[in-house]
Amino acid sequence: MSLVSIRDVRKSYGTVEVLKGVSLEVEKGDVVAIIGRSGSGKSTLLRCINGLETYQSGAILADGIEVGGLHANLRELRRHVGMVFQQFNLFPHLTAAENVMLAPTVVNKTPKKEARAIAAEVLAKVGLSEKMDAYPSQLSGGQQQRVAIARSLAMRPKVLLCDEITSALDPELVNEVLRVVEQLAKEGMTLILVTHEMRFARDVGTHLVFMHHGKVHESGKPKEVFAAPQTPELQQFVSGIG
Amino acid sequence: MSDFSFWVILKNLIWATQWTIALSLIAFIGGGIVGLILLFLRTSQVKWLEVPTKLYIEFFQGTPLLMQLFLFFFGVALFGIEVSPWTAAGLALTLWTSAFLTEIWRGCVEAIPKGQWEASASVAMNYIEQMRYVILPQAMRIAIAPTVGFSVQVIKGTALASIIGFVELTKAGTMLNNATFRPFLVYALVALIYFCLCFPLSWFAKRLEGKLNVAR
Amino acid sequence: MTYHLEFSALLPYWQDLAWGLWFTIVLTAVSTVVGIAVGTLGASARSFGPPWLSGLVRVYVELIRNTPFIVQLFFIFFGLPALGLKLSETTAAFIAMVVNLGAYSTEIIRAGIDAIPKGHIEAGVSLAMTRLEVLRYIVLRQAFAKIYPALSSQIVIVMLGSAVVSQISAPDLTYAANFIQSRNFRAFEVYFVVALIYLMLSILLRYLLRLIGDRFVKVG
Ligand SMILES: Nc1ncnc2c1ncn2[C@@H]1O[C@H](COP(=O)(O)OP(=O)(O)OP(=O)(O)O)[C@@H](O)[C@H]1O
Ligand SMILES: [Mg+2]
Repeated sequence: MSLVSIRDVRKSYGTVEVLKGVSLEVEKGDVVAIIGRSGSGKSTLLRCINGLETYQSGAILADGIEVGGLHANLRELRRHVGMVFQQFNLFPHLTAAENVMLAPTVVNKTPKKEARAIAAEVLAKVGLSEKMDAYPSQLSGGQQQRVAIARSLAMRPKVLLCDEITSALDPELVNEVLRVVEQLAKEGMTLILVTHEMRFARDVGTHLVFMHHGKVHESGKPKEVFAAPQTPELQQFVSGIG
Repeated sequence: MSDFSFWVILKNLIWATQWTIALSLIAFIGGGIVGLILLFLRTSQVKWLEVPTKLYIEFFQGTPLLMQLFLFFFGVALFGIEVSPWTAAGLALTLWTSAFLTEIWRGCVEAIPKGQWEASASVAMNYIEQMRYVILPQAMRIAIAPTVGFSVQVIKGTALASIIGFVELTKAGTMLNNATFRPFLVYALVALIYFCLCFPLSWFAKRLEGKLNVAR
Repeated sequence: MTYHLEFSALLPYWQDLAWGLWFTIVLTAVSTVVGIAVGTLGASARSFGPPWLSGLVRVYVELIRNTPFIVQLFFIFFGLPALGLKLSETTAAFIAMVVNLGAYSTEIIRAGIDAIPKGHIEAGVSLAMTRLEVLRYIVLRQAFAKIYPALSSQIVIVMLGSAVVSQISAPDLTYAANFIQSRNFRAFEVYFVVALIYLMLSILLRYLLRLIGDRFVKVG
């Protein structure tokens, strides 16, 4: 069975249908890059997978757990599905290490010492060993985003959702974050990322999904899709990027 | 003779001030605890908890504190329970305080960016954990100034307990006035003592507020 | 435990309640209008007046804000006659309310004035407006729009606080309640009903203030 299985999901805000029947299968180790115009529903889809938004019909199963439904076990789900946000959303009152340790200690009841070791490990992975005791306000945007990634990794997620995690960064800080994500991909982490970095989507992604008007409009292997877009919408989108 | 009564008046007023302070502390601490519970209920997004807490707050914010004191003083007595002014005043002031603190604190909780809720949810924290570890520590910083500011309202509010016979500063003033017939002096002193209790808190609240604005 | 609530025991006294309610409404309305006028003058003096006046206003504001209304009321009603200034219950109630709201609105309006960018005042002066015109058309207008919500809630608070004037026998709604319960010995019923009347009053007052705000105070 797929790690994440999205079946004909529909979602409306009031009368506006934002997701119009989206289906997608994500296997373990996949790196799925989602691209598409602003407003095409990329963020909404990602947020549905993590239960931050509810949807009206269809089904999402992540790691075998049904996301929708009234009695969805969101807590169990979110222990296995991590999320990184465009605006980092670090906890400003906690240091980098404390940001990372919080969920393991509170949710998983990991002893402090062990959690501190986990924090050291994941912060090393994102290249921030020296910044363990820095507060978010003392870090650059790129560093903050890497701490946010580390915070998700500390829960040992089976899949990591990334929503335009470099869009809020100054251009010179984008690469340090992308390199971390690339490294994760190499290590076999399952990733679903919404991105505007086309080259990154092509080089790192194993799958490409082009969303248009709330639907998966075209998908396939990134290199093939970019080389020969089938639909006029994607052709336009790709050429529009330049 | 008149000098003598000045010192007697002052001494008695200062003695009575301890009960104003005690009642204020009870109301403020009790109100803080009830207020914190209400805050959790009010922000929990659980629909059926929202309406009763809203009604509670509406009642205590929308009726005179004096009426609330009367209701507790006379209302509980209906059930055959003898209510002392202490109990009635302590209870009424606690609940009244809790309603205002809940609303003040709710404003502070709502000032915390939505991203903080989402980020903490995404690492599998539940509502109580989110509040405890992520939201409240941040909300507390902005809550301190208005909370200290409201403590001034609590102290002033305790003056109404005099009306149901609780002997605190205001009641002592009335009693001393009846005994000495020097209303101008007595009430001026009463006002002065209240001022000495309240002004430092007001000043402190304003300073904190200013600091926070600079920090932002 | 065997106590039976008898709300009908209030019926014979409905006229007392109505008169008390009327007094509370008039008291609130008058002291709101006069109190805000005092507050406007006070805030203007505090922000633009000479230092001695500004200081004096500050003392007034802090004295009132840091003492209980009931003590202010007692001081005016019981204390001032000692200086030869004898006031009726009603007059004392009105004066105490105005003095009280005057201080709070001074502080609120001053905060609004402080929040106005200095450039706006200079722009007004550069348009050859007099100081008073700048104050009237630029400063106060904007200040009011900014602080209208705060002022509105203060008006409701003052209305609820007016219950205290019953303690000097000013014939307000609470006074009526006290009177009725002394006659029919139905304290709980009386205070409960009167509390609800106050609740209605504060809801209506808030609604009315919102309407007035939408209509006359351009917020933004
Ligand atoms: N909370 C909301 N309430 C109402 N409409 C919303 C809400 N959130 C998103 N939408 C609408 O849903 C549509 C899809 O939004 P979404 O954020 O998923 O787009 P996106 O593909 O992520 O765009 P972007 O590239 O700009 O991030 C948009 O038209 C947006 O206006
Ligand atoms: Mg988006």
